[in-house]
Amino acid sequence: MKLKNKMKFNEKDIKTWSLIGQRATFGLRALELVKKNNNFIILTSDVSTSAGLDRFRKTFPSNYVDVGIAEQNLIGVASGLASENFKVFTTTFAPFQTLRCCEQIKVNLGYMKKNVTMVGLASGLALGPLGFTHACIEDVGVIRSIPNITIISPADCFELVKTLEALMNYEKPCYVRLTGGSNNPRVYNSDYKFEIGKSVELKSGNEFTLFCTGPTVYNCLEAAKILEEKNVSVSVVNIHTIKPIDEKIILEKIKINKNIFTVEEHNIVGGLGSAVAEVMSSNFNNCKLIRLGIDDLYPRGGSQKYLQDLYGLSIDKIVYKVLKQKEIL
Amino acid sequence: MISHIDLKKYAKNLRKTILNTAYKAGSKSAHIGGALSSADIISVLFGKVMNFDKENRDYQKRDRFILSKGHACLAYYAGLLEKGFFSQEELNTFEEDGSNFLGHPVMNKNLGIEFSTGSLGMGLSIGIGLALASKKKKIDFKTFVLLGDGECNEGSVWEAAMCAPNLKIENLVAIIDKNKFQQTGTNSEIMNVDPLDEKWSTFGWNVSSINGNDVLALADYFDNIDYKKPNLLIANTTKGKGFKFSENNNAWHHGVLSKKIYEDALDEIEK
Repeated sequence: MKLKNKMKFNEKDIKTWSLIGQRATFGLRALELVKKNNNFIILTSDVSTSAGLDRFRKTFPSNYVDVGIAEQNLIGVASGLASENFKVFTTTFAPFQTLRCCEQIKVNLGYMKKNVTMVGLASGLALGPLGFTHACIEDVGVIRSIPNITIISPADCFELVKTLEALMNYEKPCYVRLTGGSNNPRVYNSDYKFEIGKSVELKSGNEFTLFCTGPTVYNCLEAAKILEEKNVSVSVVNIHTIKPIDEKIILEKIKINKNIFTVEEHNIVGGLGSAVAEVMSSNFNNCKLIRLGIDDLYPRGGSQKYLQDLYGLSIDKIVYKVLKQKEIL
Repeated sequence: MISHIDLKKYAKNLRKTILNTAYKAGSKSAHIGGALSSADIISVLFGKVMNFDKENRDYQKRDRFILSKGHACLAYYAGLLEKGFFSQEELNTFEEDGSNFLGHPVMNKNLGIEFSTGSLGMGLSIGIGLALASKKKKIDFKTFVLLGDGECNEGSVWEAAMCAPNLKIENLVAIIDKNKFQQTGTNSEIMNVDPLDEKWSTFGWNVSSINGNDVLALADYFDNIDYKKPNLLIANTTKGKGFKFSENNNAWHHGVLSKKIYEDALDEIEK
């Protein structure tokens, strides 16, 4: 959906962000956010460079706190600052941002609802070459099981920019899942309406629905184009907010489709697939759900492309999986 | 200004409330030992040192308190009762269905409970956040965090211990209620934490060590804190302090008071 008379973001910026990737875009946009809100503070665990925050650290030292490689303390300090009405973001690599300090997240963000935004860096399969200490396929499942925390997984760098902007006026705890590397494929080329909790149907179609999030959104759109050429009509829905999930669109789609796919760079247990399954199983439907993701195991390491291909998340494999369903319809 | 005699009375009142509330809890059981060891520390903080009251719950310059050893909530509730945040009647709902007063504190600004605690090792980090906020906002208040010695088994305590001096936090006081016991034995039997003074001072804290059941010594300590570094007080206490049945008897870490023990203890406190 294009917005008229609003040229806040131009195509050049959108291209630049895509080129530098989500982490660097986060660092770049932080420089703008702090200008609008002096109460904005970023806390990190020794990841200023990885989060693209070196300039932020040097330019706004009083808005930047590094607590060292100590994620449990990171969340506690953030909670204290949030209690005193600072707008607090924390950031480190996704496994350490979510799993290492999980109980601190539960007590501070879940139980006490402290308004802290956690930014998980390089989640999903982007760090596959470094192995599964660093690649992250569990974060959504773990955070989703804690009440009161919103989970957003931007489809591209521009959606991350929109997410950050929306979060500046958001009063609830949130986890933002950054994915992909540099040359992050563009899903959005111009401004659009972004609302936390409301998914975006990027392509309509009536035969199949692909619910996707984060880096798989681009792949699903490209797959849908190929399928269109083969006369298979596919809807692609970007579920950028995994929690609270947009039940409305799921209920709409299960009425008209016999096959629903979820496509995510996450374990098939606990993530988007599970969230969609929960909605489907609580409502009458005659639909089959096919969850594409990592099959509840730790794969051998490798590039994002290699792992996407191995687990049916690449463009070609998504096409293949849909066609396979079509044959048995 | 509250006198030292009043402080002793204050602590006596806290112990009575702890006893009454634990007895009221009946078979639901209560953490008694660690509440009694902390009672004098909380009495001096709430009765003399800290600037906070029920009329000005949102006063920005109020001092902040975090009971990091959340299982000692009976002492915390007793202190807040003494400050008039709620009535004895309300506190009598302790651990009842749907109560505001559970076996570990649940954040409730109206009742003066600033944070939910109970999972050990989390309070000091929050305290650092508060102290940092005070500096950044240039609003002068102090933050007091009460930890247990057993709690110092938690690695996250040491993350926070390392952090506060690095962030040049000055307006923060951590107090370790060193009653020398933890849930299933003495510190030395389970996991030795000593020497706490050397460990914390090496980390960059200004460390003092006094009798943590002596209200006079405690009042004197807090009156003379030098806020140039983060301060740590090792409060040497007796677990179960105040009653024959409970002193240094770790069976009362968590237990059910019988009528006989309760009545004997009430007599003892009045003597």
